[in-house]
Amino acid sequence: MPGTASTPLRRSLLRRKVAERMFMALGLLSLAVGVLTLVLLFGRLVVEGMARIDWQFLTSFPSRHAEQAGILPAWVGSSLTMLVTALVGVPLGVAAGIYLEEYARKNWLTQLIEVTVTNLAGVPSIIYGLLALGLFVYLLGLGESLLAAGLTLALLILPIVIVATREAIRAIPVEIREAAYALGATKWQTVRHHVLPYSTAGILTGVILALSRAIGETAPVITIGALTFIAFLPPAPLTTDPPFVSFEWLLSPFTVLPIQMFTWVSRPGAEFLANAAAAGVILVVMTLAMNGVAIFLRYRVRKRITW
Amino acid sequence: MTEPRTETPALARRRRHRLHERLIEGALFLAALASVATTVTIVAVLLYESVGFFRTVSLKDFLTDTLWTPLFADPRYGILPLLAGTLVTSGVGLLVAVPLGTVAAIYLSEFAPARLRELIKPLLELLGAVPTVVYGYFALLVVTPSLQVLWPDLPGFNMLGPGLVIGIMIMPFVISLSEDAMRAVPMTLREGSYAMGATRLQTALRVVVPGAMSGLVAAYVLGVSRAVGETMVVAIAAGQNPSLTWNPMEPAATITAYIVQVALGDLPHGSIGYQSIFAAGLVLALMTLLFNVLGHLMRRRFREVY
Repeated sequence: MPGTASTPLRRSLLRRKVAERMFMALGLLSLAVGVLTLVLLFGRLVVEGMARIDWQFLTSFPSRHAEQAGILPAWVGSSLTMLVTALVGVPLGVAAGIYLEEYARKNWLTQLIEVTVTNLAGVPSIIYGLLALGLFVYLLGLGESLLAAGLTLALLILPIVIVATREAIRAIPVEIREAAYALGATKWQTVRHHVLPYSTAGILTGVILALSRAIGETAPVITIGALTFIAFLPPAPLTTDPPFVSFEWLLSPFTVLPIQMFTWVSRPGAEFLANAAAAGVILVVMTLAMNGVAIFLRYRVRKRITW
Repeated sequence: MTEPRTETPALARRRRHRLHERLIEGALFLAALASVATTVTIVAVLLYESVGFFRTVSLKDFLTDTLWTPLFADPRYGILPLLAGTLVTSGVGLLVAVPLGTVAAIYLSEFAPARLRELIKPLLELLGAVPTVVYGYFALLVVTPSLQVLWPDLPGFNMLGPGLVIGIMIMPFVISLSEDAMRAVPMTLREGSYAMGATRLQTALRVVVPGAMSGLVAAYVLGVSRAVGETMVVAIAAGQNPSLTWNPMEPAATITAYIVQVALGDLPHGSIGYQSIFAAGLVLALMTLLFNVLGHLMRRRFREVY
């Protein structure tokens, strides 16, 4: 401050202002560490892996020779697992969310359900793997199959879907329901024709986030015994013979993208690292794209609310 | 004279509706029970297989033996080495996530312009969404080699690199929970502080942070729970050799890394090695349960203050 006398008060003010500036710099620096990591991580993957990504990489089976190896069974396995996960996890989670938000009375049972939902959200994913190993693989005899993996991940995403559904439903004003009841609609009609359609975007956001988490999960799928080297595809769901649909693929052994990447990272020798990076690029692009869609959806929903 | 009421079409329809409603409510209720069923099954599976394990291994050996070699010819079953590995990697992670996360959260909640906050939050969410196996790759092939430039005799597998990466990984989680806690501090407290002539920094550090303290602690505790359960980063970059060491510069295995290692092999169902992963899993589940309950208690406390 030019031309001002340096009184003690002024000096103290100046000191505080400097401290404040320094703290703000520190805050920005901390955030930068996170953002920089993201940039570094993705940059490294792209630099190492981009050269490997081509048609051959996407359509080949893994191989002993790094240059011939591909991720065909991995992305097919990931897609089919996600299909099972979505078909099981989403209806179950949305239904549970509707029950808790619209139907549940306050009693010890709903209290118990609430507590378990909250706690399951904090259970490490590998514990779900152990659950699945004991229950799906051995007790129910599903074996190390796509079905077992899909069910495991469905349970894993259940709390996320439930919470998202409840939040989306809670945002709908009670007047909408009252108007429906006033016209003689039953509870389910109200939910089916009003509550659900209006909360679809919010629920969808949660579902996409949940699936993007599931597709990157490695530990529970390893735990149930997914293969790390697989040189075949699951049987096709559509056949040429009657009855034309086959569910054999559900019980087929499989692998998924994160496991394929994990196998390549942990192989001694450098020639497979490029493959790992390439698989990583595809995995990250998929999850970030899904997250991007979810974030965009949430933004749109927040903007479009008119009540 | 009461004649049995003839069922009019309207009445029949209403009855059908009522039945329909009942059925739907029942179905929704069953779906809600799935979470209870999952919890019960987790506990049952872990306990069932662990009981088999503890029939062979005494609880005393499990808790005090300093070697964990269940798959060797001379098996030893001391959980301590795995526990040490888990705590060291989580500890390193916390040393990153707590200071960086807290400072970033204070900045976002008290200083950052709204536009920056709107921009940075989705970015942080992306950071939390990256698959953990990718973070493992990053820890092994980027972070550890960079650390080796500083300490040339750092082994390729060590707990420091993965610990740092775990810290970055749980940072978004810590930031978002701490920011929520600080936003819940009423504006009037800040205004009171400004009225006394305090600067923004003084207000943030002496009014907002103490006011949100239990929420902050809850965020840290829930962060620990995440770090303890983290699997792929340590499985890839920390090494697979259980050794009882508290030195982050050395390789070690964590509970989660051990489970992955065993699951990758082909252990016969029902063998002691197979049971050992459930015993290890039980310890992990108990630890995370403890941290989760603690975290929720802290959060509830902070909610009650105002």
